[in-house]
Amino acid sequence: MISAAEALKDFKKITPKTIPLVEPFSKGHRACQGCGEVLALRLVAKAVGMDMIAVSATGCMEIISSPYPQTAWEVPWIHVAFENAAAVASGIEAGRKAMIRKGIIKDDGAKIVAFAGDGATADIGLQALSGALERGHDFTYICLDNEAYMNTGIQRSSSTPYGAMTTTSPPGKVSKGQMTWKKNVPMIAAAHNIPYVATASPAWHVDLMNKVKKAVSIPGPAYIHIFSPCPTGWRCPPETSIETARKVVQSKVFPLYEVIDGRYVLTRDIKKPIPVEEYLKTQRRFSHLKEEDIAYIQKRVDGEWDRLLKLVQVTNEEA
Amino acid sequence: MGRRVGLEVSLACAEAVGLCNVDVIAAYPITPQTHIVEHLSELVADGHLDAEFVPVESEHSAMSACVGSSAAGARTFTSTSSQGLALMHEILFIASALRLPIVMAVANRSLSGPISIWNDHSDIMAERDIGWIQTFAENGQEVVDLTLHAFKVAEDSRVCLPMAVNLDGFNLTHVIEPMELPDQEQVDAYLPPFKPSQRLDTAAPISMGMVGVPEVYTEAKKACLEALENSYPVIVEHWKGLAEQFGREYKPIETYRTDDAELLFVTMGSMGETVMSAVDQMRDDGQKVGVVRIRLWRPFPVDDFMNAIAGAKVLAVIDRALSPGVPAGPVATELRGMLYTKDDRPYVADFVCGLSGRDVTRSQFTEMAAQAKEAASSGKEMFCQMVGVKE
Repeated sequence: MISAAEALKDFKKITPKTIPLVEPFSKGHRACQGCGEVLALRLVAKAVGMDMIAVSATGCMEIISSPYPQTAWEVPWIHVAFENAAAVASGIEAGRKAMIRKGIIKDDGAKIVAFAGDGATADIGLQALSGALERGHDFTYICLDNEAYMNTGIQRSSSTPYGAMTTTSPPGKVSKGQMTWKKNVPMIAAAHNIPYVATASPAWHVDLMNKVKKAVSIPGPAYIHIFSPCPTGWRCPPETSIETARKVVQSKVFPLYEVIDGRYVLTRDIKKPIPVEEYLKTQRRFSHLKEEDIAYIQKRVDGEWDRLLKLVQVTNEEA
Repeated sequence: MGRRVGLEVSLACAEAVGLCNVDVIAAYPITPQTHIVEHLSELVADGHLDAEFVPVESEHSAMSACVGSSAAGARTFTSTSSQGLALMHEILFIASALRLPIVMAVANRSLSGPISIWNDHSDIMAERDIGWIQTFAENGQEVVDLTLHAFKVAEDSRVCLPMAVNLDGFNLTHVIEPMELPDQEQVDAYLPPFKPSQRLDTAAPISMGMVGVPEVYTEAKKACLEALENSYPVIVEHWKGLAEQFGREYKPIETYRTDDAELLFVTMGSMGETVMSAVDQMRDDGQKVGVVRIRLWRPFPVDDFMNAIAGAKVLAVIDRALSPGVPAGPVATELRGMLYTKDDRPYVADFVCGLSGRDVTRSQFTEMAAQAKEAASSGKEMFCQMVGVKE
């Protein structure tokens, strides 16, 4: 298999002027007002195009897009269960590969893309994801991370950030809300030595679409982790979704980077970061946090950022 | 014509799958299924079978990958046992609801706990309501033939349902039996290429696995139920076709020495062969006994079964699994339900035996027959008897 770098040699970037006009994911779906997740999903779909075969895990995006007999999917789409989007995608890939080789179907160049939320990725589907990445199937996995089980009513997942209030991590006399740090799934994906991993935010929509375009044009597995604001679950006004998606990056809480053939690349350097507090105060899920809690989070965020910079340095020295 | 071979039944199963020219095998190893998937991966590795072998990380992912593969339009096979089947549980229902003709060999094994690798039917009996067509093989030849038959039925456009072929773990999977392995030309004549009516295709997009709101859920389930019920004539039709092509006849319910029999054993799977030899012995002793063997378990062939037991006064049902908290094992419970509205219904005695590969001897069947007759003549209700329990 050729390397990601090689596959991207003649990569043609999407620019604001060349944003694809196709809408594989149509309007008329039932997502909440201001949903950052469905916006990210639409951007992904536009970047992949009409030759996509989509797989959805159970979750918000599946529910809002497919109330029979209506569907928002203009491309072939399948939903099976909560924890198995990666396994289903690997079966589609294997089936097509065999049938193309045997001349049963023609190679139409379809791109297989699996969509799953953070619960379906970081928790219940982590095993299936790991298996599919390790086996090297040619597919792209998109984690639309809204940092809790929103579809069931805002319960915490292992992707919920420290200090966040959810219905199963409520702040109380002896609790600050979520007491654990967010699981780092992009780095878990990168540890599988797959050709391409990236993080993205809908606030940088062109960057997001280019990462998706890269992911689907590289042979082998690719993983993209997209920060997806949920006004309903995060207790923030619907019109602030994009602002939140921007501040999370500017505060270094959610860094934007790529891992290409194991090489870490910072896609947005944050020279003048805003304080973490400025990001946290956009959402009422953090409103109970005290000054010392915010300082504690700031320290962690700074440490993680430094660690990422070191990874960038170390992996590029090797290259 | 096929060739006569002596072959381990697991290998024969894999050979049959290979003859069906499957496109995808997604499987996870579990005893006693392992020899089936090992041999299939050998066939793929040696280039004898042009297929993708997907070595998934769990049975849950095995069935999930099979759903994806079958939805893409590929001929798809998997195999499992026991805990593996239990781990697939969630996805088994979805495979049938999506009407995907996946074929699965289930090497029947007891469910934990205690953990045990040996044979009984507790794995598949916990999966009675998955909406799959389910058959039970008695011997190696039957495993081969039922496997060919499974692809033929499952992929028939009048059916479009997944199908499980059950074969007893070890008692079948690990024994070498004489059998006839068909030629490729024969199989090709019997089994046409898979032509799905719908598949995931960018040229004709469809949405699969949509949300079933209360307004449509009931109708969706009814459609699946009808599909399973309507598969019966196709199952029988393709057994007739199998007989024409390969010269071996199969029926939903098999009978042995049932003429004038007053007591009938009801069995499934490989134990039927022991029961037949026990029946021969009892017949020699002048007892009017016979055997009814259930080959087609889902959809249950009610009329065939009623015809097969007509005239019998007592049924001695051999259950290979427990159904805790009710007075009978799963098979006897269902048969009693089906018989309830029938006139002249026989007395149903129920014996749970052969759990976790425990041998059941001919003399034990003789004892069961005596117990069943005695209970029937007393007319009192007989609760499920666990045979051979040590004090």
